[in-house]
Amino acid sequence: MNLRRVLAMARKEVIQIRRDPRSLMVIFAMPIFQLFIFGYGVNLDIKHIPLCVYDRDGTQTSQDLLKQFQATEYFDITQVVESYRDLVRNIDHGTCRVAVVVPPRFTEHLNSDGKASAQALLDASDSNTANIGMGYALGIALAYAARVQVDWQQRQGLPPSVPVVTFQSRTWFNEDLESMANIVPGVVALVMAVVGAFLTSLTIAREWERGTMEQLISTPVSKLEIEIGKLVPYFFIGITDTALCAWAAVRWFDVPFRGSWTVMFGCSVLFLIVVLSLGYLISVVAKSQLAASQAALLTTFLPAFLLSGFIFPIDQMPTVVQWITRVLPARYYVAILRNVFLKGTPVRLMTGDVTALALIAAISITLATRAFQKRLG
Amino acid sequence: MSANEISVAVENLTKRFGSFVAVNNVSFEAHRGEIFGFLGPNGAGKSTTIRILCGLLTPTSGKARVAGIDVAAEPEAVRQQIGYMSQKFSLYNDLKVIENLRFFAGLYNVPSADLSGRLEWALRMAGLEGRDQSYTRELAVGWKQRLALGCAVLHRPPIVFLDEPTSGVDPISRRQFWELIQEMVAEGITVFVTTHYMDEAEYCNRLVLIDRGRIVAMGTPTELKTRSMRGQILLVDCEPLGPALEALQHAPGVLDAAVFGNSLHAVVADPAAAIPQIKQAMAAQGLRLSRIEPIPPSLEDVFVGLTAGREIKPGGTA
Repeated sequence: MNLRRVLAMARKEVIQIRRDPRSLMVIFAMPIFQLFIFGYGVNLDIKHIPLCVYDRDGTQTSQDLLKQFQATEYFDITQVVESYRDLVRNIDHGTCRVAVVVPPRFTEHLNSDGKASAQALLDASDSNTANIGMGYALGIALAYAARVQVDWQQRQGLPPSVPVVTFQSRTWFNEDLESMANIVPGVVALVMAVVGAFLTSLTIAREWERGTMEQLISTPVSKLEIEIGKLVPYFFIGITDTALCAWAAVRWFDVPFRGSWTVMFGCSVLFLIVVLSLGYLISVVAKSQLAASQAALLTTFLPAFLLSGFIFPIDQMPTVVQWITRVLPARYYVAILRNVFLKGTPVRLMTGDVTALALIAAISITLATRAFQKRLG
Repeated sequence: MSANEISVAVENLTKRFGSFVAVNNVSFEAHRGEIFGFLGPNGAGKSTTIRILCGLLTPTSGKARVAGIDVAAEPEAVRQQIGYMSQKFSLYNDLKVIENLRFFAGLYNVPSADLSGRLEWALRMAGLEGRDQSYTRELAVGWKQRLALGCAVLHRPPIVFLDEPTSGVDPISRRQFWELIQEMVAEGITVFVTTHYMDEAEYCNRLVLIDRGRIVAMGTPTELKTRSMRGQILLVDCEPLGPALEALQHAPGVLDAAVFGNSLHAVVADPAAAIPQIKQAMAAQGLRLSRIEPIPPSLEDVFVGLTAGREIKPGGTA
């Protein structure tokens, strides 16, 4: 291998990137755009669910129960209605996701029978929100029921019964259960998939499309020199974008970083090798920029987005899909990123993920190197 | 350094693309320091041959040696010995003139000591002195072609392959380009050039006429004109051209006829006998004949006589 030829390739590639507005957009604007879209836009925390109340009892007790809903940050009482028709209309319009109905003679039943029930109606068109809303509503009702019981026992002069088992829960690693802390490290993987695979997917295809490849391969430059010369600039761009995203995650989004920067960058290098090789491979096979860029997004960005555990947890996926995720490099990289950022997991506890990533990197760079031939047709 | 040193040797070369035979059992030799022309219509197999010689395509069968090296076996060894200019302009339009030159100088590993001298030489040769900072896409076609030639020969290769270097170039730029080729040949470089311009073939020391993948004739331009013709050429000026061609093709004593510009050329075995016969045939058709006289054959006559003639008169003497 001849260093001058590699440098000549790399220099030419840098000049072309610098003069291509589309590449510059992908390099500089896209990472920032993605960080903000996912950092702020994808909020999986379910708080402030709009709530509609219909109090048909109209007593101090029923108001007391409804106040419990107002007291939490999980619900906002946005509507107080006087009829079922209004209640249904509110749910239909989406102004409320949950409605609580206190039936007539609620207090009376409570006092005479020692039990009464209220109704919760949930808009389950978004099943996730409905599920969580139901959980919150149940919790509030249970807490209220316990208080009512204690009050009653006191009035009867009985000693208050103490719950036998209680849970004191503490959340680790993401103490405030902020989904932003979970999402933002994953964005690094997404940004690298786009910068690495999308941009490189154009590089060989562009030479074929513009007819410059024929001249290029008539020179003594070897295919390895072409590959390295073309990928080195994108490698540095990828690493810079990774650093930029990591910095923004910690400084802007206040995501904790508890692990080692060396591990984080070492694994980023592995992932970058994978996406660069894939982009290059696609470019060699596709020979047209349009086909190549679409294939690159389909094989790197989409899996990184949907199947890496970035947003949708892998262990909640169907078994077959879980198996598919095992060949996806983004899956391992996202897992490593979360561990390094939030848990500070030492590398010896992540050997499985790191080995898988290194293996995929070795396979993809071999495939990319073999695929390109200095021949026409 | 003998003048008969063989730069390119091709033996029974065949290239098939599926069932299509692009190059059909072709053999020839090009010697050091000559302009070796490959002349033929579009689709004759010229580009395919040149691409095989540059190691860009693998031959289906046959042998090709460039600078004594077997191209199919050692394409990389051949590439340092050659310069190649493809038919389609293939420099980087988004690079400046100097950036293209530097890029190819890097790929050819031009020694650092020679670099600035070679870059200056290439700029001067291309007529782009002082325009080294221009974007390549802004250059006119003639300058682009000369820059491409400059990029292809920065490393002083002993053999240069030029695939239709002057196609789409204006006549003045074409002439300048051929002057450059002649300068290179004077330095001992072998130039292998394809063209479909018959007039350019006159610049070649030796040439091969190729049609539908087969060599139909080979030799110096003079040899081809004197030896390969099976008759003599008559220039015929007659109006209107279309019916006149029809009449001429069927006139007695005419072996072949074709349109050349605003005139017709007829191939005849015996001009003295044919001229009155043609005049008579034209008059019978009511066509106005303004001129008829014998002329020396051009390469185009030779080519038409050897190729198209077979189609027009399948039962002819060819």
